[in-house]
Amino acid sequence: MSVLTIAYAVLFYAATAILIIGLVVKIRSYIVTPSPLKIPIMPAPMTRTGVVFRMMREVTFFESLFKSNRWIWILAVLFHAGLLLALARHMRYFIEPAWGWVVFIQPFGIYGGMAMVAGLLGLWARRFLVERVRYISSPSDHLMLALLVLIGATGLGMKFVARTDIVQVKIFFLGLLRFDLQPLPADGPLLIHLGAVATLMIVFPFSKLLHVPGVFFSPSRTQVDDAREKRHLAPWAAHMDADREA
Amino acid sequence: MADQTFQTPAFRELRDNPKIQDDAMAHSQPFIAKPEHNEPLGFPGELVDDWEEKAVAKLGDLLEKNKALRVYLDSCVKCGACTDKCHYFLGTGDPKNMPVARQDLLRSVYRRHFTTAGKLFPKLVGAKEMNKEMLDDWYKYFHQCSQCRRCSVFCPYGIDTAEISMAARDIMDHIGVGTKYSNEILAKVHVIGNNLGLPGPALIDTMEGLEEDVEDETGIPVKYPVDQEGADVLLITPSADFFAEPHVDGLIGYGKVFHQAGINWTVSSYASEAANFAMFIGSYEQMHKVSNRIRKAALDLGVKRIVFGECGHAWRVAYSFLNTLAGPWDFLDPKYPVPQHILEVTHELIQNGGIKLDASANDDKVLTFHDSCNVARATSMGNMEGGQFIIPREVIKASVNKFVDMDPQTTCEKTFCCGGGGGLLTDDLMELRVKGALPRMEALKDVIDNHGVTHMAAICAICKSQFTKVMPYYGFSMDMIVSVHQLVSEAIQMGAKEDI
Repeated sequence: MSVLTIAYAVLFYAATAILIIGLVVKIRSYIVTPSPLKIPIMPAPMTRTGVVFRMMREVTFFESLFKSNRWIWILAVLFHAGLLLALARHMRYFIEPAWGWVVFIQPFGIYGGMAMVAGLLGLWARRFLVERVRYISSPSDHLMLALLVLIGATGLGMKFVARTDIVQVKIFFLGLLRFDLQPLPADGPLLIHLGAVATLMIVFPFSKLLHVPGVFFSPSRTQVDDAREKRHLAPWAAHMDADREA
Repeated sequence: MADQTFQTPAFRELRDNPKIQDDAMAHSQPFIAKPEHNEPLGFPGELVDDWEEKAVAKLGDLLEKNKALRVYLDSCVKCGACTDKCHYFLGTGDPKNMPVARQDLLRSVYRRHFTTAGKLFPKLVGAKEMNKEMLDDWYKYFHQCSQCRRCSVFCPYGIDTAEISMAARDIMDHIGVGTKYSNEILAKVHVIGNNLGLPGPALIDTMEGLEEDVEDETGIPVKYPVDQEGADVLLITPSADFFAEPHVDGLIGYGKVFHQAGINWTVSSYASEAANFAMFIGSYEQMHKVSNRIRKAALDLGVKRIVFGECGHAWRVAYSFLNTLAGPWDFLDPKYPVPQHILEVTHELIQNGGIKLDASANDDKVLTFHDSCNVARATSMGNMEGGQFIIPREVIKASVNKFVDMDPQTTCEKTFCCGGGGGLLTDDLMELRVKGALPRMEALKDVIDNHGVTHMAAICAICKSQFTKVMPYYGFSMDMIVSVHQLVSEAIQMGAKEDI
């Protein structure tokens, strides 16, 4: 087994572990930290079901962003929807035989990859062209975009420019899933692509990519408008009731 | 304004975003609280030793206690959606008044001390130390946020800068750096029961004066009771209602509504304040203490219901927080929500014929309505989604024949703050207040020019005080701003019910 294969196998095991453990730690902190007060952004749904619909609209249509800024919305939808399609396409490298819908989605995954890169480049351009966005951008914001563009560009490159031995790549990943190491092709674009993906997995729980779990825990959007009907009390604040005069 | 040291911003023809001007408002900060303002609240009198560590420790404490803070500090992707949504940015062009930049003042310290990335690569992720320069920026720019929540409406993750600025102010109070305005007022509430420091006898005197005025005007002996045990309704209203125009005209209106509906009511001299300034400084403990004066007053007076007067931030604490802070309300009449807004009471009475209004009494006016930020985005009314927008408008339309709404980008949940909310309604922040009013003044000018609007109604003591003060800077008369219950007061048909 080549050093390269071992290195990438270790890298992906480590990246997966960091991604999962990091996210579990973060999500746990979001779950256990109480909300002292009811702070839904109004008008808010008056039932739990209503909140589920509000959240679905947010994460599928980016409803608030649509209200806010049409340019960011278009670019963000291009990127996120494109990424989703590209990820769906990639499932065939981890499943044998690939499911029917994964086979069906293969060509759309390509368009997804293109949309993703176009959206990313647009979002990146805003960081240079729009004065306000330029002001709030830090180096990590640029690096994150660079990393994602690199992933998208090398991915598309392997489709349209310099093809890799995709059958062998699949054998490598299926091997990883079974803890049975198989050789990885030593192609430049592939190694860059996979290295960037592993990097993304590693930085995920330590970066602004935490908006992915975060959006589901944002009290201003997840709380029900029922403050007058149901008393909400954080455990840490409950003792204060005993100290009051009346 | 002859003594003006700053330029009132010009109306923007196309509502375009201002050019960024670094440090345009770096000179703006409220008077700092003295030891005699801080100590009664249990805060250190002045900047403590080792304040840097203590500030970071307090941030750690808040992160354990407040999910919103934790999620909001992690989740921002710097997309820029909020950057043109804050009235203070639109009015000043100072980039630190962009909500994300304001949040980043706290987020950078959070990253430095509470995240792996910030500990390892501070420069890369914009992590910064808590130092004097940072504290100065905190004091300046977290007091250029009126906690109006407009940015949160437009954020894809609902990140609410109000939560961040409340946390920052709480941290600053805990190291001895508070504002004179809020802390002095809170100390007064704990002793006297209201923000003005109006003692019981003066309150009774004021209310008796109102009774005489109303009887002179209408011939009807409308009562304005204080500390009346056994009354059905305890009215909690902002203390501005007791003395200043146009607030007091609203209070007169509440009294007329209660009188005509035959509702037995009272105010309390112990809990004679609706506004809870502890929300501005982000202190749960202080908010709890102030709120529980209302609980004690309700128990002592043996009332059945609690009704709040027109006050924006008060209604947020009342509607969203009061059950948490001072509930449960199992000793009150379960038929009514606790608390109710005076507009819910009036609206229901209009609908069921309990009061009659003659809108022609206000035919000299063309009205528009300013949605107060905290009512719009932090509360509701009438147990229906959006009731906080519908009910005030229905009551106005029942009281006035001519009503026009302003630009929909500036009303309902997209409303702009008046420019004086969130603990900034102090003369030491006059420039900020004038500049922050720009977006509302522009929308108002549109309806004045195009629809002949003569008056703007509001349901918040801060909005009313703020507009009275800043409208002249924009060439509008301060008399344009009215209370909603002032309109009701003009239109309500007084007298024996069979006569009307």
